[in-house]
Amino acid sequence: MSELEEPIVAMPEVVADSLGEYLRAWWVRIKNGDSGVLPILAGLAIIIVIFQVQEPVFLSAGNIVNLLTQAAVFVLLGLAEIFALVLSEIDLSTGFVAAVGGMIIAELLASPNNWPWWSAVLAGLAATAAIGALQGTLITRLRLPSFIVTLAGLLGWEGVLIWLADIDKGAVGGVVRISNSVVYNLVNGNMSPLAGWITLVVVVGLYAAVTVTRTVRRRRQGLSAPPLSITVATIAVVGVVGVALVVVCNVNRGSLVPLQGVPWVVPFVLAVVLAWSWLFARTRTGRYMYAIGANPEAARRAGINVARVRTIGFMMASLTAGMAGLVYESRLGSIATDVDGGTLVLYAVAAAVIGGASLFGGRGKPVHALLGGVVIAAVYNGLGLLGVSAAGQDMATALVLLAAVSVDSLVRRRGRSA
Amino acid sequence: MTADRRGGPGVPLLRLEGISKRFGAVRALDRVDLDIAEGQVTALVGDNGAGKSSLIKTVAGLWAPDAGRIRWQGEPVTLRNPKDAEQLGITTIYQDLALCDNLDIVQNMFLGHELRRHGILDESSMEIAARGTLRELAVTTVRSIRQPVASLSGGQRQSVAVAKAVMAKARLVIMDEPTAALGVSQTEQVLGLIRRLADQGVAVLMVSHNLNDVFRVADRLAVLYLGRMAVDGPAADFDLQSVVEYMTAGTRSGPGPS
Repeated sequence: MSELEEPIVAMPEVVADSLGEYLRAWWVRIKNGDSGVLPILAGLAIIIVIFQVQEPVFLSAGNIVNLLTQAAVFVLLGLAEIFALVLSEIDLSTGFVAAVGGMIIAELLASPNNWPWWSAVLAGLAATAAIGALQGTLITRLRLPSFIVTLAGLLGWEGVLIWLADIDKGAVGGVVRISNSVVYNLVNGNMSPLAGWITLVVVVGLYAAVTVTRTVRRRRQGLSAPPLSITVATIAVVGVVGVALVVVCNVNRGSLVPLQGVPWVVPFVLAVVLAWSWLFARTRTGRYMYAIGANPEAARRAGINVARVRTIGFMMASLTAGMAGLVYESRLGSIATDVDGGTLVLYAVAAAVIGGASLFGGRGKPVHALLGGVVIAAVYNGLGLLGVSAAGQDMATALVLLAAVSVDSLVRRRGRSA
Repeated sequence: MTADRRGGPGVPLLRLEGISKRFGAVRALDRVDLDIAEGQVTALVGDNGAGKSSLIKTVAGLWAPDAGRIRWQGEPVTLRNPKDAEQLGITTIYQDLALCDNLDIVQNMFLGHELRRHGILDESSMEIAARGTLRELAVTTVRSIRQPVASLSGGQRQSVAVAKAVMAKARLVIMDEPTAALGVSQTEQVLGLIRRLADQGVAVLMVSHNLNDVFRVADRLAVLYLGRMAVDGPAADFDLQSVVEYMTAGTRSGPGPS
């Protein structure tokens, strides 16, 4: 039977029962072009080695923490773009939607409003979600291309950003300072070293408990599940990466006063990545987003309310952009009308695509934005350390983007012709 | 008409009475009568433009006929949209329109009808149910039901689409050219599947150009000619030549069924 000899390109965990089988299926899958996050991890390793050889400060604790806080904005913007890309759409407005959200939060926190931090943040995020719902409604109900609607958004929300600053007498020169310590400390404040360790133990412990329970339960039901050894190995890798992260962040990186601990933004971003991963993988809405991105006609025939799911996708994209705006202003301690939302949205798309999301819809996960955002931050951070000009930094990022997309495309093409 | 039905006593699952549909000057369907019985494969054949697509679109609820009546288990029904048809248990399988390449077999089979527990997708229950259905249909060539359908052959994809219909408790499955673009062994596989589907008591209405396939699997034949029902009857009463004559001339010179 020829069917039986067809290449198995399924995830190895679903066709393998033993470690050996798992590795064999994994290798077949890579040979078939479905290499997952391997190229991006390899690329990140190469970037790290290059910069570390050129500039030993690159892997110092202080710089790694700095890099992580730089990456936070890119990761969140990339996450926002993932929603659009999975739906086979694009959202060009994320940069300025982030800025508008940030501006609303900053102004509500500043006098004379002086809102408590949580209500200001909620209001800002609600506003960005509403922006997304509006754009999504225009796209789905009026059947306008997302490219055009969000391009209008790119222009229009910049106008709104400037207007928001204009009507605020406290915004001198279009700049609003972050007056609230909770918002400021999101990026600039650190967990105590002990709190970092406790968080790590709790998170890795929960992760281990959930994955082991699921694997064991599925095996008992006779369902496909990865070999237990693979599950344990995955948990070990997560644990090691987590320990390394906490160790590095807990090194005293201050020069005059002690400065140590995991910046709050790190668990914040990871929590968003986890939450959105759950949404994509475990909810009906997430499942429908993939279906619509690959085959909207099949989705429609399956009875899915395509317009509604698309609108939710654009709403989630703008909401996530609002979070990026929050992190952006927290890091700078202020937000201003000169936010370059046009460039930020390009980073958003770049982060998602470098990480492995497809521009052609149906493929992309939150973890891709996480990896892509870290790569972009690493390139910028490293070139900055080497004293490369802004011009050089832009060109280098362009090359990384092209390299990532070409590797992906070449590997995939080989898979298809094989 | 009902005298020569082979599907046992009682009313047919679906009965079309005098269905007409016109587009401007074109008479796509002209007073078409057809009975479709449970547990039987009814093959709808005809030349291009004979009205096959118009007829299955009517049954699928994609448009309403201008005249005529549709009876479901003897009761008159109106099919205003595909949802109406689906609620009765009518499922249409269009080639290559049915599946999402990036989703796996289980996800495709449950698309739009996902099982949930506490609002969260219940993957285990879906996988168990999907596996059961595939086993009943004797679809055994797939290596894992968790592989994306992009990696499947045409025959396997067709099998998944059929299993999806069974999963949705379809009582009438309409298949549009189920064997087009399939190789020999895959055609074999799909025809076997259609047969098993009917043997489980499902009514199958199959549109096909391939008369060889039709004779292999159909219990009844219905030949459309220029929007009219030229003839229908048990497949055993036809031979290749008589079907071709009905398809090309709408009538037959020599003796034939009816």
